[in-house]
Amino acid sequence: MRGELLYEGKDWDFGTIQRIHDAVADIAHKELGLDTFANQIEIITAEQMLDAYASTGMPLFYKHWSFGKRFAQHEGIYRMGLQGLAYEIVINADPCISYIMEENSATMQTLVIAHAAFGHNHFFKHNYQFRQWTDPEGILDYLSFAKAYIANCEERYGHAEVERLLDAAHALMPQGIDRYPRKRPLNLHMEEKREQDRKEERERVYDDLWRTVPGRAHGAKQLASDKRRALLGLPQENILYFLEKAAPRLRPWQREVLRIVRLIAQYFYPQQQTKVMNEGCATYCHYRLLGRLHETGRIDDGSFLEFLTSHTNATRQPFYDSPSYNGVNPYALGFDMMRDIERIVREPTEEDRYWFPEIAGTGDAMEVLRHVWANYRDDSFIAQFLSPRLIRNWRLFHVVDDREQPHLEVSSIHNERGYRDLRRSLAAQYDVGGYAPDIQIVDVDLAGNRKLVLHHRVRDGKMLELTNAAMVLGHLANLWGYEVLLQEIDAGTEQVLKEHMVRPEAG
Amino acid sequence: MHIVDRRLNPGSKSFANRQRFLRRAKDMVEKAVREASKDRAIGDLESPGEISIPSEGTREPTFRHTQGSRRDLVLPGNKDYVEGDLIERPRGEGEGEGGGGQVGRGDGQEDAFRFILSRDEFLSIFLDDLELPDLAKRRVAQTEKEGLRRAGYTTTGTPANLALHRTLQTSLSRRIALKRPKQSTVDDLERRLAEAQSRDDAESERLAAELEALRNKRSRISYLDPIDLRYRRFERFPKPVTQAVMFCLMDVSGSMTEHMKDLAKRFFMLLHVFLTRRYKRVEIVFIRHTDRAGEVDEDTFFRSAETGGTMVSSALQEMLKVIRERYDPGVWNIYAAQASDGDNLSSDNPQTRELLQNQILPLCQYFAYVEVSGPNAETHGYVPHHGQSSLWLTYAALQKESEKFQMRRVSRREHIYSVFRQLFQRRAAKTAEVG
Repeated sequence: MRGELLYEGKDWDFGTIQRIHDAVADIAHKELGLDTFANQIEIITAEQMLDAYASTGMPLFYKHWSFGKRFAQHEGIYRMGLQGLAYEIVINADPCISYIMEENSATMQTLVIAHAAFGHNHFFKHNYQFRQWTDPEGILDYLSFAKAYIANCEERYGHAEVERLLDAAHALMPQGIDRYPRKRPLNLHMEEKREQDRKEERERVYDDLWRTVPGRAHGAKQLASDKRRALLGLPQENILYFLEKAAPRLRPWQREVLRIVRLIAQYFYPQQQTKVMNEGCATYCHYRLLGRLHETGRIDDGSFLEFLTSHTNATRQPFYDSPSYNGVNPYALGFDMMRDIERIVREPTEEDRYWFPEIAGTGDAMEVLRHVWANYRDDSFIAQFLSPRLIRNWRLFHVVDDREQPHLEVSSIHNERGYRDLRRSLAAQYDVGGYAPDIQIVDVDLAGNRKLVLHHRVRDGKMLELTNAAMVLGHLANLWGYEVLLQEIDAGTEQVLKEHMVRPEAG
Repeated sequence: MHIVDRRLNPGSKSFANRQRFLRRAKDMVEKAVREASKDRAIGDLESPGEISIPSEGTREPTFRHTQGSRRDLVLPGNKDYVEGDLIERPRGEGEGEGGGGQVGRGDGQEDAFRFILSRDEFLSIFLDDLELPDLAKRRVAQTEKEGLRRAGYTTTGTPANLALHRTLQTSLSRRIALKRPKQSTVDDLERRLAEAQSRDDAESERLAAELEALRNKRSRISYLDPIDLRYRRFERFPKPVTQAVMFCLMDVSGSMTEHMKDLAKRFFMLLHVFLTRRYKRVEIVFIRHTDRAGEVDEDTFFRSAETGGTMVSSALQEMLKVIRERYDPGVWNIYAAQASDGDNLSSDNPQTRELLQNQILPLCQYFAYVEVSGPNAETHGYVPHHGQSSLWLTYAALQKESEKFQMRRVSRREHIYSVFRQLFQRRAAKTAEVG
């Protein structure tokens, strides 16, 4: 069946956008089985796109000099023509908001709608990371609250004061994330019931003999310190959370600002962990959707070629020895893996059947993909689904760079023996636990000098970079109000490798 | 699906962030602006500027790893390596390069980046904390006058300020609101009554009553009521007398090289930019001299060449003449900047000093002397030029006596700005440094 062309040439108007959206929605929902939040498409200018870029892609954000700096950086690059702007920004909200630029051609708008308004949208709605950590219905309200609150603080307490606080909070932003769901506070009713259950259980299993068993020898001092730490919820990796709750000198509005920065950091946390998958999903979807539009005669050959050009540019992966090599392109890796899964499901080889017995040959690619999109994040996704075939296609190899050795060593290549190692090593690079410094607050002496003690667990000799660490610790000490001690501890031997001691600035 | 057109939303949402950034990076921006202005043609000074700011001072720190002892790279595009191959360590390998994607980068050093300043931003940073010396400020304050300006309407006032148009507008709306019968309606009724009376109609009585009612109503609702009256309101505001005149005195004798003239010109232009931004009206008088002096226009001042000996006093005489003719020191703020290579006829020095000390300085707010010299004067580590010039020695005594008089030496284009700043910076932060 051949449909009518959605548009001709490059020009578009609101009617075109509506037609494109409806045609894409039809295929997305009926043929690909995507399930999306309602869409809201907003048309903006290049300058507005730069604005949005500068404030982490959000349409409304509080004000801070660093966003001005980012704007200048982007603007400079853009004006010099070194780099085009992204064609779209999409916001994980319900309804899902996609920004498209007025300068885009009709085909680009189709691509963007397919990519963002359906691909990303579906991913946001279903991936467990987003379901667990983000509240798409509330985010815009929350951002507008945050913006107003901080503006209000600036008025009441002065720009400089708020700026100092935000600087400190931003420096600790990566340490303001809960990586595991925190235990939800119990309500009183539940508490009471639990206490009741406990009592009954004790009565049921009561055995007087237990009284005679000698207990472990706990020093009284040790007990007190354990108790103190338990009360403060230590060890605690979420430093911003700890400060918000426990820093003795902060005023209420300062706690609220820390909370705002922390919640926003948390909101972006799933995006960091699902970059490859999220872009892979969106790219795979737009590829299927545009292909289908072309097959059914809704877009002409010229438009399809234009689309293919953009698509190919986005999914280009230069080899390691190319001057344009800049790491693994998440669009390319994600897209290739999605296509590869589709292939394994539809037409598996013997090898695929051996490696992927669960999905090989089951036939319904979309069902498998939807399952994958919902239940993995980048590291687990790569660890599970990077196939030997793709490793060969990409000609991946693993190089170990040991500073002690005079040479780099190739530890595995794309052959039978290398597949597992390559898959594991690549997955490890996407593991947040692997690249973010593991820093925790371990103790504080609230009755004594109130010194805050932190541990950084050092793996593979990766110590903290000094200049930055000193600056961040300075911020931390100012927020805490008392001395801060950071010990770098070897994760294997538990030896203290280095100590950083910082005092808060006077005043 | 909704489509929302945001294109008409106000853009430059980042304006406030930009302001915060500029405030934050003030020192670095200032330095960059100074650097940027060094090589600019003077005419470009008022156009917007692009400056580079090192990212160092606006660093956003976070905890980052150092490289560590061992790195694992997974790279695409193996051509002929096999397991166990050893690869020469790449020379000068930057941090983060080949680091396996966006993740796992080491301490990413950002480069300096370009920041585009608007004309106003550029100039306000450029001239920030420059000020006319205190002496001048006091003078300006004394000559402040009050002015009047329109400020809307008021319901009370003098007849002379009656705003007729506004009054009639108010009256009209009141008449419409209260349904005052129009003149035409009354006329019409009168005509019909006359007709009816002439016919001796029975209707005449009813019409007469109606007319009576209309007239009553008209008299109750007057055409113009006191509450309609509106008067123009004026408010007083302080109107500073911001008249300033700047005398540019330049030596154009044969000993002044192109380089020296360029330095002088740059200095005068800076002064001009500075004064025009501080004052509403600045007049400039160009006086050039060899052994004779004359007032000339700007073009001649900067462009045409002259030869001849040097007599500085001639320029001062000319300046006095112009002040007497056109600029009453009671009303005008008078500034003078003199540029010379310092070569003066030795017999002229006593006269020059006498003129400056007793006649000119009492009239001036400020007198700046810039001695220009060749480009290499300082690079050789000598005291510039051939030692102290005769003019410099003459003036040095004056500087000790009066704060109104300042002198500096400059030999290179890039120093102009700092010399200018030294001469015009806030006096509170007086520099001990001389020449």
